[in-house]
Amino acid sequence: MTRTPLRPLARILPARSKGENPDAIERENIRLRHEQMRDKSRMRAEGRLLVLGMFFFCAFVVVGVRMGMLSGSEPSEPRASAAGASILTQRADIVDRHGRILATNFETHSLYAQPQQMIDRERAATGLTEIFPDLNADDLLEDFTGKRKFLWIKKKISPEQKQAVHDLGEPGLLFGPREMRLYPNGSLAAHILGGASFGREGVHAAEVIGVAGIEKFYDKELRDPARGSKPLELSLDLTVQAATERVLYGGMKLMNAKGAAAVLMDVHTGEVVALASLPDFDPNDRPRPPTEGVPSDSPLFNRAVQGVYELGSTFKIFATAQAIELGLVNADTVIDIRGPLKWGRHRIRDFHNYGKELTVSKIIEKSSNIGTARIAQMIGVNRQRDFLGQLGLLETVPLEMIEAQGGRPLLPPNWSEISTMTISYGHGLSVSPLHLAAGYAAIANGGTKVVPTLLKQTGPQYGARVMRPDVAAASRQMLRRVVSEGTASFGDVRGYSVAGKTGTADKPKEMGGGYYKDKVIATFASMFPAEDPKYVLIVTLDEPVETSGDKPRRTAGWTAVPVAAEMIRRVAPLLGLRPEIEPARIAGITLTSN
Amino acid sequence: MTEMVYGTIPVRDVEPVLPKWWRTIDKWSMTCILTLFGVGILLGLAASPPLAAKNGFEHFHYVQRQAIFGGVAMVAMMITSMMNPNLVRRLAVLGFLAAFVALMLLPVFGTDFGKGAVRWYSLGFASLQPSEFLKPGFVVVAAWMMAANHEINGPPGMSWSFILAVVIVAFLAMQPDFGQASLVLFGWGVMFFVAGAPMILLLSIAGLVVVAGSFAYNNSEHFARRIDGFLNPDVDPTTQLGYATNAIREGGFFGVGVGEGQVKWSLPDAHTDFIIAVAAEEYGLILVLIIIALYAFIVVRSLMRLMRERDPFIRLAGTGLACMFGVQAMINMGVAVRLLPAKGMTLPFVSYGGSSVIASGIAVGMLLAFTRTRPQGEIGDILRGRGR
Repeated sequence: MTRTPLRPLARILPARSKGENPDAIERENIRLRHEQMRDKSRMRAEGRLLVLGMFFFCAFVVVGVRMGMLSGSEPSEPRASAAGASILTQRADIVDRHGRILATNFETHSLYAQPQQMIDRERAATGLTEIFPDLNADDLLEDFTGKRKFLWIKKKISPEQKQAVHDLGEPGLLFGPREMRLYPNGSLAAHILGGASFGREGVHAAEVIGVAGIEKFYDKELRDPARGSKPLELSLDLTVQAATERVLYGGMKLMNAKGAAAVLMDVHTGEVVALASLPDFDPNDRPRPPTEGVPSDSPLFNRAVQGVYELGSTFKIFATAQAIELGLVNADTVIDIRGPLKWGRHRIRDFHNYGKELTVSKIIEKSSNIGTARIAQMIGVNRQRDFLGQLGLLETVPLEMIEAQGGRPLLPPNWSEISTMTISYGHGLSVSPLHLAAGYAAIANGGTKVVPTLLKQTGPQYGARVMRPDVAAASRQMLRRVVSEGTASFGDVRGYSVAGKTGTADKPKEMGGGYYKDKVIATFASMFPAEDPKYVLIVTLDEPVETSGDKPRRTAGWTAVPVAAEMIRRVAPLLGLRPEIEPARIAGITLTSN
Repeated sequence: MTEMVYGTIPVRDVEPVLPKWWRTIDKWSMTCILTLFGVGILLGLAASPPLAAKNGFEHFHYVQRQAIFGGVAMVAMMITSMMNPNLVRRLAVLGFLAAFVALMLLPVFGTDFGKGAVRWYSLGFASLQPSEFLKPGFVVVAAWMMAANHEINGPPGMSWSFILAVVIVAFLAMQPDFGQASLVLFGWGVMFFVAGAPMILLLSIAGLVVVAGSFAYNNSEHFARRIDGFLNPDVDPTTQLGYATNAIREGGFFGVGVGEGQVKWSLPDAHTDFIIAVAAEEYGLILVLIIIALYAFIVVRSLMRLMRERDPFIRLAGTGLACMFGVQAMINMGVAVRLLPAKGMTLPFVSYGGSSVIASGIAVGMLLAFTRTRPQGEIGDILRGRGR
């Protein structure tokens, strides 16, 4: 602010000379200046107030116009109030290798109650118990009359049940749409599919999440909205799976086994064509995990993948194959099999006495523990462990189901020479039937490692080479002879030259401390056709007893082999394999011309 | 004789209070205010039953409360408007001091009613929000300081009022209550503008606001979410804004009918921040336009009347009160139509709220007191030849 002097001498001095009081003049000056300033600021304020008034007027007009535009526009369809926390309900189908549905979705309804909207609570409770006999009328009434404002009654109801509830005419009973997972084939391939249940749940939708099997393994992929409706294609063949399960079930009953497992696998692609474990369950109504008893006896337990067993003599072929590969023996090398074979305080015996010595081929054919143990001694600890590791028998199988992680092989805590000797005939190392299938597939396909898969493959997958083709061929010849002349003679299916090896292992006691005398795991590991195998089939029976003879027979040759043979008889044509027809004897040629 | 002994009865040359009040008061604005209050009760009848049902009271519990508080507010408004500007200033300064102390003591004795910001005192039968009473008090005090700046040899009132504004804004931001804080800042800014702010300063302040806004956007999650929600052209129909927009659309020009509205059942703030949506849905665009017109009329007419005013204090205080009143209504309605980012602000006189309506009543009473017709020395101007 510029300061003008408050005492302009021009007026003060004359006034003083006249004897007037200069203060009055000063006050007058100040008053004038003040008035001037006030007028100036009033002028400015007038302009600015006008601007403010215009601003407010325009702003209110804008609000009004905007309000009018909104009122004039059409109201958008009010979306469901659940839209904020949207729940994605879609889940891709699962199909078999030929596109047949294994798992799909199904529209259904859930039933819930809002008790404060109910009119006649007692009638609602009794009406509901008539429709759903598993509900308790007293509990329901307590819920309806209590403080709760919302409660679920049933997660899934059928259309008939929905209509019946609807007919109750109770406004407090409401339905929410539900997408549920449906397995149209019932218990077929139950262990592979696993099952699904509801995750996050709202009134208008609920998440379907996989809880086991491939549903859980591929949960994220199946629910991925970007996937669209593209189904998940499995390597399974529905008809083969059905036949496998059917025969396995019959065999399990016939052989009085308490459980059974079968794995059928393509030796070139590693595709698991059928995989069965009995007893099984219905994934549509998946039972709760057992809270007591041995988990491995539950129907939920997948014996083919999760169950690790000492699979007995089926392992012998790995020892001989490796010995041939290493050049230690050939099929005709003679091995001393006089028993019992002592190693420390251990004694290795044969099932029968097979004499003093046998060729390697005969050792497999007769299934001599002593002979195999001697071959294993030649191989040694490290080389055996490396070889089994290359076959994938020492780690979990990376199969696309969540349970595969549970099938971790049980290795000997201290892999000594005696371990090597017992492992050579299948004791001391526990693996799952799926492991064994992978090991046999390597022999069947000419010596390359195979990784089992549940997904449909486009071409063969050949892993690292684990043995030379000629070693694999020699091994197959020996396995063929086991069926044609040896312990697995029941397995000779006409037209499909089967090769394979039996294995009967005493079950270890659960509490530890030795083996049961009368409980065995009987296994038949086979491949067909023997000349150029396409498939391997592992059949394992848990505690089988064959009682047609004088005394109960438990060996695999009497139990697992006939079941496997029946299975091959049934599924080989389904797999598109032609039986080899022996050429009919050529009739004598008759000269007809004269 | 008596007169000789006791002296004559002094002749009162002062005009009686009520006739003078009636003669000089801005009757149009007062009518508008009373109408607004009536509209508030009408909308309360529509908007508050869901809240009453939720809290377990009878249907019109909140309407009754609003009517009682409104009655108190109207009386306060009348009494305030009868005072002369000096008395208003005196009382307002005292009220301001009381409210300021109450504001400072909020962190100690206040309650947040579970809403996350400590803004209220719980009095049992009602709650009290000191910032509502602080605003008109602040306007008067700031106007007084600025007017003092106009006196020759006066104190530097501009700076003082600015410091005061900053302190209050800081206290409000601590609660946090950015809505009231921005109103206080806005009120000060408008008064500064009318008091003759240099243009350069105004421009630089505008720049500062932009900087501060971007700073708040980058550092306050709460703030950023509001702005993002505003900038996003697709309104999520499940948000408050979505419901409000849809309600306005549903209402159309003539509304869906009294009591037929749905939005009040889904919006938790239907009786306060989004009451305009209830009005639009049930009574249509017509009532909304009437409400807007009432607010615009009060503000613009008050400003026009203040243009004639010669006393700088009265002019500034009146401007601050009118603009604060108008901008609060504008922001509330602007939010509902998505012209402005979401900010909780009540619609004066119409929204439910005890503190709000009484404080608004007092504020408008002051405004009416300041806009009363009074001699402005026009005769003197004419005599001195400066008349217009």
